[in-house]
Amino acid sequence: MISSQIQTASYLFAGILFILSLGGLSSQESAKRGVLYGIIGMAIAILSTVLGEGVQGQIYIVIAIAIASVIGLLLARKVEMTSMPQLVAILHSFVGLAAVLVGFGSYLDPVTQAMTGTAHTIHLVEVFIGVFIGGITFTGSIIAWGKLEGKIRSKPLIYPGRHAVNIILVIVCVVLGVLFSSAAGVEGMMHLYIMTAISFFIGVMMVMAIGGADMPVVVSMLNSYSGWAAAAAGFMLGNDLLIITGALVGSSGAILSIIMCEAMNRSFLSVIFGGFGSAPTGEAMAVEGEVTAIVHDEVAELLKNAKSVVIVPGYGMAVAKAQFPVHEMVNRLKKEGKEVRFGIHPVAGRLPGHMNVLLAEANVPYDVVLEMDEINDDLPQTDVVLVIGANDIVNPGAQTDPNSPIYGMPVIEVWKATDVIVMKRSMATGYAGVQNPLFFKDNTNMLYGDAKASVDKINSYLD
Amino acid sequence: MKVGIPVELTEGELRVGATPKTVKRLIKQGFEVTVQSGAGQHANISDANYADAGASIADSAAQLYADNDIILKVQAVTDSEIELMHKDQVTLSYLYPAQNPDLLQKLADKGINAIAMDAIPRISRAQKMDVLSSMANIAGYRSVIEGANYFGRFLNGQITAAGKVDPAKVLVIGAGVAGLAAIGTARSLGAIVRAFDTRLEVAEQIESMGAEFLSVEIEEDGSTDSGYSKVMSPAFIEAEMALFKEQAKEVDIIITTAQIPGREAPKLVLDYHVAAMKPGSVIVDLAASTGGNCVLTKNNEVYTTDNGVIIVGKLDQLPAQSSQLYGNNLCHLLDDMGKAENFKIDMEDDVVSRAMVTHDGKINWPPEPLPVSPQKPKSEAAVVEQPPQPSEAEIARQKGISMLIKLAVIGAFLYLLALVAPPDFMQHFTVFVLSVFIGWQVIWNVSHSLHTPLMAVTNAISGIIIIGGLLQTRDDMTNTMTILAFVAILVASINIVGGFLVTHRMLKMFRK
Repeated sequence: MISSQIQTASYLFAGILFILSLGGLSSQESAKRGVLYGIIGMAIAILSTVLGEGVQGQIYIVIAIAIASVIGLLLARKVEMTSMPQLVAILHSFVGLAAVLVGFGSYLDPVTQAMTGTAHTIHLVEVFIGVFIGGITFTGSIIAWGKLEGKIRSKPLIYPGRHAVNIILVIVCVVLGVLFSSAAGVEGMMHLYIMTAISFFIGVMMVMAIGGADMPVVVSMLNSYSGWAAAAAGFMLGNDLLIITGALVGSSGAILSIIMCEAMNRSFLSVIFGGFGSAPTGEAMAVEGEVTAIVHDEVAELLKNAKSVVIVPGYGMAVAKAQFPVHEMVNRLKKEGKEVRFGIHPVAGRLPGHMNVLLAEANVPYDVVLEMDEINDDLPQTDVVLVIGANDIVNPGAQTDPNSPIYGMPVIEVWKATDVIVMKRSMATGYAGVQNPLFFKDNTNMLYGDAKASVDKINSYLD
Repeated sequence: MKVGIPVELTEGELRVGATPKTVKRLIKQGFEVTVQSGAGQHANISDANYADAGASIADSAAQLYADNDIILKVQAVTDSEIELMHKDQVTLSYLYPAQNPDLLQKLADKGINAIAMDAIPRISRAQKMDVLSSMANIAGYRSVIEGANYFGRFLNGQITAAGKVDPAKVLVIGAGVAGLAAIGTARSLGAIVRAFDTRLEVAEQIESMGAEFLSVEIEEDGSTDSGYSKVMSPAFIEAEMALFKEQAKEVDIIITTAQIPGREAPKLVLDYHVAAMKPGSVIVDLAASTGGNCVLTKNNEVYTTDNGVIIVGKLDQLPAQSSQLYGNNLCHLLDDMGKAENFKIDMEDDVVSRAMVTHDGKINWPPEPLPVSPQKPKSEAAVVEQPPQPSEAEIARQKGISMLIKLAVIGAFLYLLALVAPPDFMQHFTVFVLSVFIGWQVIWNVSHSLHTPLMAVTNAISGIIIIGGLLQTRDDMTNTMTILAFVAILVASINIVGGFLVTHRMLKMFRK
């Protein structure tokens, strides 16, 4: 048993460690240390809570943690780097679920029922909000997981009047909240149930309405929600550590969402409320020109003659797991003294920084992996650009066609290079459903087929 | 359409307007090709080679000129050839229209549609037909080979059992196509290469080829819209000459490539530069045919000066290679003009209208200028175009006002909250708001590539919700609260363990 002062001190220390942990993630050099801080902070938080006054049922706690550790270990070991977005999404749903459960638990707590007056009302409001956010996070994350996993079609589900429906639902929740917070004892349970069901529904509909290309925003937004849910739980339990940590996670997720939205030139609200940006005012420009196809040995020839090569990967590389042969290709080209670099668009893939993780998995050194802004200036002096499974992020229409739905989105200006090779499975449009004028440019050649198979084949010609 | 390739009459011209490979291309484009017997002999191409490629062989020039619609030549047609030609015949060759007004007049009088390959505008679209570039590339390569030949030492540095050899130092003046090709060749032979050009924009190209860019301390950019450099100011030239003097003492081989179309080559290497060079050094002057960049250059001659410097004023043309590239350039132009089937002289076309120096009996020279490539707006111009900006003080004031309003709103909100909330809540609320601020500050610095690990780690940390479950567990397992708490602890722990482990796994992969 430790005194409450010691416990508070431990919480403060854990809070500091969490802040250092997030700060540590700001650069590659300090990132591993950051994770260590996080782990220590978490251990201190859990231990000092369990050892604190009035904690009961330690045996159940140990059992639950033991089971969960095994599951968590297996999950983390087995997951493929390409399905990292799914894992993150499903983990968010766990936090949401936990927040809902903790909210219900808190409502059932005899201590709560013993409260009176304003304190009771405020507490009930806290419970209500905590469960509400938790519920949205829970089902929203499950839907996000389903979309990323391909179990639910990624096209946005948009029905007329959905904004009205959502507003009505929120109003219903507010009314329920008023009734709930004024009910004595556990009489408000029914209200809580109904509201929970509504929040589950809102969570589902909210993510269903968001298209696959916006997934990076959704995942980071849900990340933010899971933080707010934890903070709300902190309020209801009067626990400062929960509040601090929840607020940290909540604001970090919000910032990531904003960064993603800026990268797509989309307003945060328009992404969250579904649909794809503002509706274009006219017909998108018709694309003129011819598509030229190229075969693998010609690509190899081009690469052999190039001095500088830039590779722009997209989700297609992740799907085909082509990062390994790509790395092999990079090694071969580098051996011949060529400058090979990667250009990563902020929203390439389905998770912020997804491409970086995949390339890191294939042992590509991170100092040749550049961001969009860093690489764009160099593209006019680049001989060959290989676009592997990317589409919307290299669409020149975003700069030239005001009627394009992605107009104004910053893109990697690959067409400024001498030659562009686009590896693609077919001529289908990207997630945004927009035709890409890049494919019709004179200096663009299309290489059809699975990215991994294609890169393997190019490698065989590079010898 | 019939295409004819005659024997080149000009003394010393070893190239020919087509090779068997380009003959095949022409036939593919739908042309009938006739080659005059012996046209390719200097480029080591026999009549049989042409015949194998599908060309017919004409015995005499007279017959060739009479039978064909299009004549592919390297050098400009001579008077005797013009005699043999007929009206509306098209010729493709070098013409140097600026230096040869008489020749243009004769061609126009005869009604010949003459295309000057050296007048193809240097725009991106026409690069594939740009004979100046393709020939300059060869000349640049050859200049190093010739220079190395006359230079009595290795170009690369070596450390051998017999002692150390210093690498040769090569100075390339003028970094156009020829200059850059020379830099590349000299570098690949192992020499230390320096290069000079008055156009500052080529500094990057020079460095990309592996040479050191020499500059003078006067800021002046020699770039023009034509892509050639302009004449520099006297102060600049003086500084340039001083630089060359310094370099002349050090370098072993100087390659000069500065040429201005239609004018005599600028004199860049003066007698005192040559005098400063070490005996055995070599100067290769690629501008020898237009007067030479070096004052001592003798066109078509290689000789040694009194102080032992070898000045090369004549280059082997690598006729087989040159003919191949030149022929390709011609094929591309014919391809652009509609091949055999739709062959058309389109005077609206940017390229054809400028290269076609005589058309329909009229002289079409000099052409309208055409900028080489869209240039970046000059910095001064950019400054002027900017819309007037509100002054800094004004912006600061506006920002200040909006900040004040925001603070007032926040203050009012906090006051109202404090009126109703119990003391406990206010305390927690303080912690909450400060934490949001800290999170906000900490995360903005995160590098983009770490977004996924960051998300995984914040996800693990948000498993802190476990504390809620820990506090709610009761000894009594039949209590609903305990069951709820048990499940909460379970899922939250999965989150914590899974999140941290997967982050660790990701970060382990990042390496420099």
